[in-house]
Amino acid sequence: MNAADLRARIERLGGAMTSYVWRLGFASRFLAYLVLHSGTALRRFRLTVKEVYFAGVLSLIIILVSGLFVGMVLALQGYQTLQRFGAAESLGVLVALSLVRELGPVVAGLLFASRAGSAITAEIGLMKATEQLSAMEMMAVDPIARVVAPRFWGGVISMPLLAALFSAMGIFGGYLVGVQLIGVDAGAFWSQMQAAVDVREDILNGVIKSVVFGGAVTWIAVFEGYDAVPTAEGVSRATTRTVVMSSLAILALDFVLTALMFTGGNAG
Amino acid sequence: MQYDHIVEIRDVSFGYDAARLVLRDIDLAIPRGAVVGIMGQSGCGKTTLLRMIMGALRPSAGTVRVLGHDTAQLDRDGLYAMRSRMGMLFQFGALFTDLSVYENVAFPLREHADLPEELLHDLVMLKLEAVGLRGAAHLMPAELSGGMARRVALARSIALDPRLILYDEPFTALDPISFGVISRLIRELNGSLGATSLIVTHDVQEALGVVDYVYFMAAGRIIAKGTPDEIRASHEPFVNQFVNGLRDGPVPFHYPAPDYAADLELARAG
Repeated sequence: MNAADLRARIERLGGAMTSYVWRLGFASRFLAYLVLHSGTALRRFRLTVKEVYFAGVLSLIIILVSGLFVGMVLALQGYQTLQRFGAAESLGVLVALSLVRELGPVVAGLLFASRAGSAITAEIGLMKATEQLSAMEMMAVDPIARVVAPRFWGGVISMPLLAALFSAMGIFGGYLVGVQLIGVDAGAFWSQMQAAVDVREDILNGVIKSVVFGGAVTWIAVFEGYDAVPTAEGVSRATTRTVVMSSLAILALDFVLTALMFTGGNAG
Repeated sequence: MQYDHIVEIRDVSFGYDAARLVLRDIDLAIPRGAVVGIMGQSGCGKTTLLRMIMGALRPSAGTVRVLGHDTAQLDRDGLYAMRSRMGMLFQFGALFTDLSVYENVAFPLREHADLPEELLHDLVMLKLEAVGLRGAAHLMPAELSGGMARRVALARSIALDPRLILYDEPFTALDPISFGVISRLIRELNGSLGATSLIVTHDVQEALGVVDYVYFMAAGRIIAKGTPDEIRASHEPFVNQFVNGLRDGPVPFHYPAPDYAADLELARAG
């Protein structure tokens, strides 16, 4: 490789980095503007409730069914290991902690990103492509306040509720397999779970995670939609980017949040 | 505020960068009550000019005064206040696909005026009646034909009784009946609302039958202006080619290319 070639490569890398940083800055300003102009979404709360329906209620089936299966698989796998140490009665604790701390927020977040996040991006992107957002601006209505903000808050509200339902359904799935199918003692299953799961350490931290994931996914979804190139190809690319970026964001944020929440706290 | 012209553009130039100007030295005035057309080829700068009148772009040089305001001096709230006195019909209507015809027309009223539901209903019906679609109030945009969608969008754009109505390519992809309906509506509404209308279009023959006055644009400049009769009689070569739809003229049929024979490798074979 000669010097000119190397230089060109470094320049391309630098260009790509600059454009990523620029885009991150743009997305942050977009978020700040969106939060500052959330008056309409909060004052006319019906607009936000409608989005909770689209992002939350319509995601229920996939969340509940997935939760059930994840809980059932956890019980099967967990039982195999626990019974080797004669701790099969702790199955309830294993299922509940895994779901409430980790799998509930993370898997529900990933499903939310692919079900609701992609829909939000596609809808806003298509509204842009068909000039609906420009039409709104021409009617002296701010599309960020009227279209984007209700969708953002709708997602932020829906996500923790969906994660909670995912965990509840998963625990029920664990109960079906562990207690009904395998025959773990029901009293031990529930009482050990009740004793071991802490409201603040486990449940509250799980809720915090799901709120953060909800905010991140919906932020990415509305930004990608609003920033989409207004063509069929542009909207499809933006939708793909939403799913990829939000999935990566969830996994990375999960690591950071887990590291902050559970290392110091649980040791003490 | 007193002003003679609803839109007044003086010495306006505009470019996304200094080296390449999209608009050059535009002078244009639209008197109150008139229906004015801005015509020209695709890419001649008409849409940029329209966006400037909407206040979405600011001129690099010169002034744009709309409804008495210098658009470059307006902040976001001022711009929105100005736009609430303007209506705009987009090329394909830009109806909100998740709202019914009724709710589409009600949208600007709900956003800007806190009206009792009965009064809002009457106003929406009044606007829909004006475009002949009162009976379609319950339909969704996906159930409308192209011409009907354009008429609903027109009803929506006049919901707040605008002083200035902008039309972006209102005749594109319309069948002859819908075209007749839309062009008659443009004139009727302009008269009944006491508004002023600006039509940006490349459908010259159709538009010449509707407008009072025409500005002709090419390559970012105004190259001709006059009444429809004056335009039809114009000897300016570009206008002549455009109005009569001639294949060759100042705008060549062929995109610049190397010599044809060389491209076919005839030269080498010969």
